Amino acid sequence: MDKHQFLQSFAEQFDETDPETISLETKFKEMEEWSSMVALMIIAMVDENYNKKITGSDLRETGTIEELYERVSAK
Amino acid sequence: MALLHNKNVAIRGISACVPKHTRKNIDNPFFSPGDVNAFINNVGVEELRIAEPEVCTSDLCVAAAEKLLDELNTDRTEIGILVFVSQSPDYYFLPNTACILQDRLQLSKETLAFDIPLGCSGYIYGLNLVASYLSSGQIKKGLLLVGDTASKIPYPKDKSSSLLFGDAGAATILEYDERAGGLHFHMATDGAGYKAIIVPEGGFRNRFTEQSLVEYKSDEGLIRTPHSLHLDGFDVFSFGISEAPKTCKKLMEHLHLTNEDIDYAIFHQANRMMNEKIRKKLGLPEDKVPYSLKHFGNTSSASIPLTMVTATRIKLQEQINRLLLCGFGVGLSWGTVYTVCDPIVVPELVEI
Repeated sequence: MDKHQFLQSFAEQFDETDPETISLETKFKEMEEWSSMVALMIIAMVDENYNKKITGSDLRETGTIEELYERVSAK
Repeated sequence: MALLHNKNVAIRGISACVPKHTRKNIDNPFFSPGDVNAFINNVGVEELRIAEPEVCTSDLCVAAAEKLLDELNTDRTEIGILVFVSQSPDYYFLPNTACILQDRLQLSKETLAFDIPLGCSGYIYGLNLVASYLSSGQIKKGLLLVGDTASKIPYPKDKSSSLLFGDAGAATILEYDERAGGLHFHMATDGAGYKAIIVPEGGFRNRFTEQSLVEYKSDEGLIRTPHSLHLDGFDVFSFGISEAPKTCKKLMEHLHLTNEDIDYAIFHQANRMMNEKIRKKLGLPEDKVPYSLKHFGNTSSASIPLTMVTATRIKLQEQINRLLLCGFGVGLSWGTVYTVCDPIVVPELVEI
C-alpha cells in the first residue's frame, strides 16, 4: 500500500473540500464535510482499492488520515 | 464452497402483501427534518408500510398466499411442504408459525411445515430448501412464505434503524417439473459477524429481564434498549459491498454467465447507497436492477419478492426471465440464486 495514493483516494471521496487542503495529518472527523455518508464512501474506497474491510471501530479509534492508513495497511 | 443445483424445479408464482398504513419518514417525531432528509437522500427510503400492533407477519403471508393459490388455481391438497421464513413469528419460539399456517391455509395434514428464522438472506435459503425437497419428485408442490414485521424490532428513537425497516410478507409456489432447468445456488455464512445485526437480550444467551426494556445511549449517541435491534451500519455496509458482489460473481463464473445472461438482478433491499455500490461493482446497468426501497424500506426476507411484485410484475408474467436474486445480512448469512424463469403468475400487490 502506498501512503500518498491512499491520501489521494481518501481526498477524492469529498465533493466540496479542496483536495489540496487535505493532508496525512488531517483529523478527518473534524472536517466540515465529514459525515456518516462520507465514512461509507471511505469504506467503499478501501474495499475497492485494497480489498480490505474497514469496521466501525477502525473509524472510531483513529484520528488522522495517516493513523487510518496505518490501521488499514496492517490488516 | 456451497454451490448447489436443484434440478427439475420451477417457480410458478409469486405474490406479496403489505399493510395499508403508510408512515412517511419526514413526519418522524424523534429526528430533525435535516437528519431525515439526509437519510432519505442517502439510504433511499421515503416511506414505510407499518402493520397495526395486532397484525403479524403470518397475517401478511396468509393474505399473499390466499391470493396466489387462487390465481394459480392450486389444489391445496397438492402442497406437500410449507416453509415459513421469518424472524417475527406469532409466538415466542413455540409453536412454529408454519404449523399454524398449515391449518389457516387449509393445507393437507400430510404437509411438512416448519419455520426458518433467517432474515435478509432468508428468501434465498427458503427457495433452496423448498427446491431441495421438490427436486426428487417425491413432493410435487411447495409453498414458501417469507417476511417480517421488521418495523416492530428497532427502538423508535434509534436513528440507525427506525427509519429503515418496513413490514411485508410474500408467498412463492414452486413445483416439480422435469422440463425445468432448476435453480442454481451459492450460499455462505460468517458467524464471526453475528454482532453486526443483533437483538442482544430476550433469547436464552441473555434472558429477558426488567432491564431489557430500559433506554440507554450507545457510544455513537444512538438511543436503544437491550431488547431492540442493534445495527452496526459501518460493519454491515463493509460486509454487503464486499460479499454480495463476490457471491454473485462466484455463481456466475461457476455457470459461465456474463451480465448479458441476466434480465433482472434483484438484491435484498438493504440501503440504496450499499445496493448501488454492489450494482456498480458488478457492472450491471440500472434498468436490470429494480428497487422497492423508496416506498417500502428494508423488508427483511420479503424484500426480494416484494421488489419482483412491485417493480417487474408485468415482465415476470409475460416473458421468460433470466433472474439473479441475491440476499445478504443478519447472521451474517448470504446467498444467490440463478434461474431461467418461464412466465409466472404474479398477482397485484395485496394490501390489508
